[in-house]
Formats: sequence, structure tokens, C-alpha cells
Amino acid sequence: MSNPTVLPPLHIATAGSVDDGKSTLIGRLLHDTKTVFEDQLAAVERASRRLGEDGVNLALVTDGLRAEREQGITIDVAHRYFATPRRNFVVADTPGHAQYTRNMVTGASTAEVAVVLVDARAGMVAQTRRHAFIAALLGVRAIALAINKMDLVDWDEGVFDRITKEVTDYVAALPTPVPVVPFPISALNGDNVVERSSSSPWFTGVALLDWLEKVDARAAVHTGAARLDVQRVLRAPASDFRGYAGRLADGTLAVGDPVWIAPSGQTSTVAGLQRLGRDIDVARPGEAITVVLADAVDVARGDVITTGDAAVSEQVTGELCWMMDAPLRPGTRLWFKHGTRTGRATLDEVRYVHDVDTLERRVAQEVGLNDLASVRVSFSEPVVAAPYVHSRVAGRLILVDEATNVTAGALVVTEIG
Amino acid sequence: MRTAPVSATDTTVVGPSVLGAAAAQLDDLVDEAVTIIREVATECERPVLLFSGGKDSAVLAHLAVAAFAPARLPFPVMHVDTGHNFPEVIAYRDALVDRWGIELVVASVQASIDTGRVTEETGPGASRNRLQSVTLLDALAHHGFDAAFGGGRRDEDKARAKERILSFRDTQGRWDPRNQRPEPWDLLNARIRPGEHLRAFPLSNWTELDVWRYIAAEDVPLPSIYFAHRRAVVERGGMLLAVGGPVTVGDGEVATEELVRYRTVGDASCTGAVRSSATTVDEVIAEVAASRITERGATRADDAFSESAMEERKREGYF
Repeated sequence: MSNPTVLPPLHIATAGSVDDGKSTLIGRLLHDTKTVFEDQLAAVERASRRLGEDGVNLALVTDGLRAEREQGITIDVAHRYFATPRRNFVVADTPGHAQYTRNMVTGASTAEVAVVLVDARAGMVAQTRRHAFIAALLGVRAIALAINKMDLVDWDEGVFDRITKEVTDYVAALPTPVPVVPFPISALNGDNVVERSSSSPWFTGVALLDWLEKVDARAAVHTGAARLDVQRVLRAPASDFRGYAGRLADGTLAVGDPVWIAPSGQTSTVAGLQRLGRDIDVARPGEAITVVLADAVDVARGDVITTGDAAVSEQVTGELCWMMDAPLRPGTRLWFKHGTRTGRATLDEVRYVHDVDTLERRVAQEVGLNDLASVRVSFSEPVVAAPYVHSRVAGRLILVDEATNVTAGALVVTEIG
Repeated sequence: MRTAPVSATDTTVVGPSVLGAAAAQLDDLVDEAVTIIREVATECERPVLLFSGGKDSAVLAHLAVAAFAPARLPFPVMHVDTGHNFPEVIAYRDALVDRWGIELVVASVQASIDTGRVTEETGPGASRNRLQSVTLLDALAHHGFDAAFGGGRRDEDKARAKERILSFRDTQGRWDPRNQRPEPWDLLNARIRPGEHLRAFPLSNWTELDVWRYIAAEDVPLPSIYFAHRRAVVERGGMLLAVGGPVTVGDGEVATEELVRYRTVGDASCTGAVRSSATTVDEVIAEVAASRITERGATRADDAFSESAMEERKREGYF
């Protein structure tokens, strides 16, 4: 069984502008933790030679698409896994280009820690701000600020201090501030990545990997009500079985617990629980389970089985990342998906668009590609929503463009109604 | 672009993952996979599970059966049969389908060749691997399948590392890696138009070691060739290929009998064996944990053709 002193795997997303060295840093981490296998390293060496480079280009470890290798950029997220004796890591290496921000959102949405890279020569740029904003909005627990290419500014402590202050001040002023932990690094040479470097005697912190191994990024202990968004009703006519399949969120659920079904308001009691087709007595948050209820109640996909009281609403206010070329306007035809509930969504109001450089709130009639905006939307079907800061599952939804079926928006709920 | 010195670095010595954390991690991966399977099966009209008889599809099928128990598996499984099979794998496939009571659809590459849909490759390195994409897409269209579950994992290959969990295919079955749908959180968007389809990868975040740990924990049956056995092989392009069936001993080649096992199971003409004495799941886990070569690098001649072989095949509709 799991040892309480061992930290769970850490989900990391890289962030920052193009050419700040995100992929090189991940390549360096994978290489120095011996996670790059011999045949992969040989392939990277061959590709580096073919592209006319002198040594080994570590960015090629994660830049796996042909177009990425030819252009020397990251286009889409690469998911990689590495382990040290102390911890397992899942890394989403995300693109820096503004046009691929949607792919950064994909990578950052499941991360607990964002490693935000800044080129020491350039300092904080617009994409650094946008990515820090998005990472904090999507709920990373901390930002590791990797000030990269320190070798190119002669390991100047003043540069490190200035950029640290600039980023820390910016993040502190965000709608959802998170702690910022700075590291002076050279991803290319490996300084302060896996081991502390002698190049920065003035730096009092630990190496980046050392910090990643120890950071406790777990969500606050689940003390809330249990919530099951019903995915599917499972029936086995021969045995008269009727169970509700879904992934448990927010709290624990035990056989005998009284439950409430939203939005109908019916009540019942948990008569049985299963995971992987086997009976269990208690289910923990995150488990994919099947719930059997004591009463013949009407429960369908999209309904929520909960031990608490949950507010049912048909309208929410939230912070939106818009990811489609065409702007979102009143009248744009949308589908939404919240938990397992789907239906039509309507934009009621653009409250304001964030200027990511100044953090001013700009009045706008529409939300453009890569904009971050506060909006109010309403739904054709009632949802059981809660602010994202209270419940990750209840506080997030996607908007899908009805014309193209493309996932166009990621919405973080800030208020019900 | 600057390049990096990678030889003289201080390194952390990596052992097997911490065991307690590994067990909890496997539980999370299982819950994630079951949730994906249930979601896609419910949102899509007519899904199918792609079943090769390999370990990943065996784990996927095992998870799928458990995901809906005690209800029946609400979709069939489909084997894209290249005709170049290991007899042990076909026997295993038929026994498993029978034991779990699931519906099997077979799509035949030979039939695609016979009807002129594809042309058999000739010459050295000829294989039916690439032809499978056409057979697969034809079968999906013929049966009206709108979603296909695959056992692909992001740790297998650098192109697979770029794949979404729910991955869109256009009316030609093509994957456009430069223009994938965003996939925030775990909210899967399964909306498509007629003629388009989705590929779903519930094991995306699993590693080879996770797959074997699940096999050990759940006692998942596997084809016998995954464990060490003596076999006549010929070494070709760094691969140990089984002599017999599509593989014959060429000029200047020598067949030898070796103690081997398979790390992956695919088309017999391009799937290599590895030298191994591992006869139990635990011995295989120890071997995989110590390996310094990826499973595809060790066993797949098809991926060694070019730097972006997997990406090219995936763009055409491959698994």
C-alpha cells in the first residue's frame, strides 16, 4: 500500500515564450535523470547531425513532430514521464508561440506546478505574462520561475533579482495569485537543474529538480461533500442490476451514506459500491466507481449524486480562455460540457477582457483568440456548479463551437449565476 | 541554435520507482482509463475496441470489461489481421473473446489485397504493417464505427507523445498533428460530423512498466510469446525475427535457436524478439525496469525506417 511519506507523482507543465528554452530544459531533466533511453538518445543525436548542429540538441527529445524539428519550435504539447528515486513526474512540454496558446492551455490544465521559463537577456515578455496568467487561473499550486541562459548574462545576480521581482510582482497582482519560486539556470549546460551550480555562489536555493522532488502540490485534504457526475447507467437485466457509473470527486462515499440527486432533488441511500466490478465499502475521490442506490429513483447521465447540498443553476460567471480563431460574440452558437452534462450554451455578457500586460480590465463586446476574459454564460440544461477554488470538478467547463465542433473555450467558474 | 554538451554531467542514479507511490499511481491510471472508456462509449454512437492480441490491447480489453461489469461490454472488439500472425496470438485471441463473452470483428489485410484496395509490398523490408491503415479505415467505415479505442501510450514514441486522449480523424481518416483540438482537463469533446471518427487512448499516460504492473495485479492472461521460449530466429537490421511464416532465411543469413521473448506483438514480418530468460510476470517486470532501450526501439523494424515513421503512418490513419 502507499507509504504516506512518499509524495504522489508531480504533474508539471512548462510555460514561457518561444526560444526561452522550455524543451531544452525538459530534455536536460530527462537526460540527466537517465530517462532518455539509449535508442532515443541515439535518434536525437542522428537528428541533431542531420539538422547540422554541433552537439546534441536536447529539445529534440520532446519536439517529436517533423515540423517541430525542422522549424526548431514546439507546436503541440508533448507528455513525457520521468522518475528519480524519490518521485515520479509527468511533464507536459508546451509551446511558446502565441498562436499555439490553446495547446499550452491543454498542457497546463492538468498541472500542479508550472515551470515558467524566462530568457535572462530578455526578461519578462508578453507570452511570459500570458502563460503565468493562464497557469495561475487553471490552478497550479506554485510557479517555478526558471530564469534561463544565465551563462549569457555572466551569472549576474542583479539580473536574477530584477526578473524575480518583476515576475513575483506580476503574479501577486493576478486574480488568482500563487507562490513563485525562482531558480537561476542554464538548461543548456545543466546549471542548477539537477545539481547546484558553482557558477551562482550567491544563489541560496536548491537545484530545480531537488525542489520538484520535494514540493507538496497536493490539493487541500478532501473534506467536502462527495460528488459523482453520472456518466452512464449500467444495467444487467439477468441479475436485475442497476448502477450509476462515474468518477468520484471532492469527498468519500460509503455504503449506507444518504445521498441527494441533483437536479431532481430526490433522495436515496448508497446500497452498494463497486470499483473494477468488485464490491468495495468506501470510495475515495478520483476513483472510477459504480453506485447502487437503495431506491428506484430516476437518475440519468449528467445528473449528480452527492452527499451535500448542491446549488442547481442555469447560469455561471467565469474566467474564459478563448481558443478559436473566430471571436466569441453574443449569438455565437455553442455547446457546453460540465461534468457529464452537455447542452447548449449562450454568451450573456462579456464583463471585461484582461489586458495581460497591464492587468487592466478592458470593456469589450467580444472575446478574441487567446484572450482571457470574464464572461457570463447560461445553459439549456441545469448544472451543479461551484467556484473552481472550491471544487475543481464543479468549477470547470468547456465550450464547443457548434459550427466546427472544435473545443473553443475553457471556462473557470468564479460565481454561480 | 545552440547545442548542449551531454557527456560530462552529474547524474542522478535512477532505480525502479518507489513502490508505494507506484501502487497509488497505478490506481490513478486505472481510474482515469475506466473513466475515459465509459465516457467515450456513452458519448459515441458506435465505438469499437482495437484488439491486436498484444499486451496493451489485452489490458485495455480487461479494463473495458471491468468498466461496465456486471453489464455486458457495450461494444465489439476488432482485430486488424495482417495474415502474418503468430499462431499463439490467434489462439489466445479466440480463447479470450470466448472467455470474456465479447463480440469479435476481424478486418483482413489479405482481403484488402485480394480486392485491390492495397498492393502488397515487395523487396527487402516488405511488410503489411503500413497496409493495415487502409484495412482499418475501410472496416471503420463499413461497420459505421465512430470511435475506436486503441492501446497506444505516449511513452511509446515521440509522435504518440503528442497525441490527445480523444483524437480527431477527418473523413479521410487523417490525423493532423499541427491542428489538434484543445483538450482542457478531462472534459472530452466527442462531437463529430458524419464520416469523421475519433480515436480514444485510455492508456495514454501509462508506461510499459505500468502495463506490466496491471497485468501482475489483475492476472491478465497474455499470449505465451511474451515469456521466454526457444525459437529459431534470424538477425536482420538489428532485430531478431522469427523464422517461419512471412520470414525466410535469406542469402548470407544464418538461423539460430535462441532463448527469446517478445516485448511487443505486431505483424510477424517486422516484430522482433529480444533475448530474455524471463518466464514469469515478475521476471518480466524486473527486466523492463532495468532496460535502457524502449520497447519499440528494441522490437519494431517499422519504426526504424525513418525519423518520423510513426508520425507518417499515424497521419495516414494508423493505430
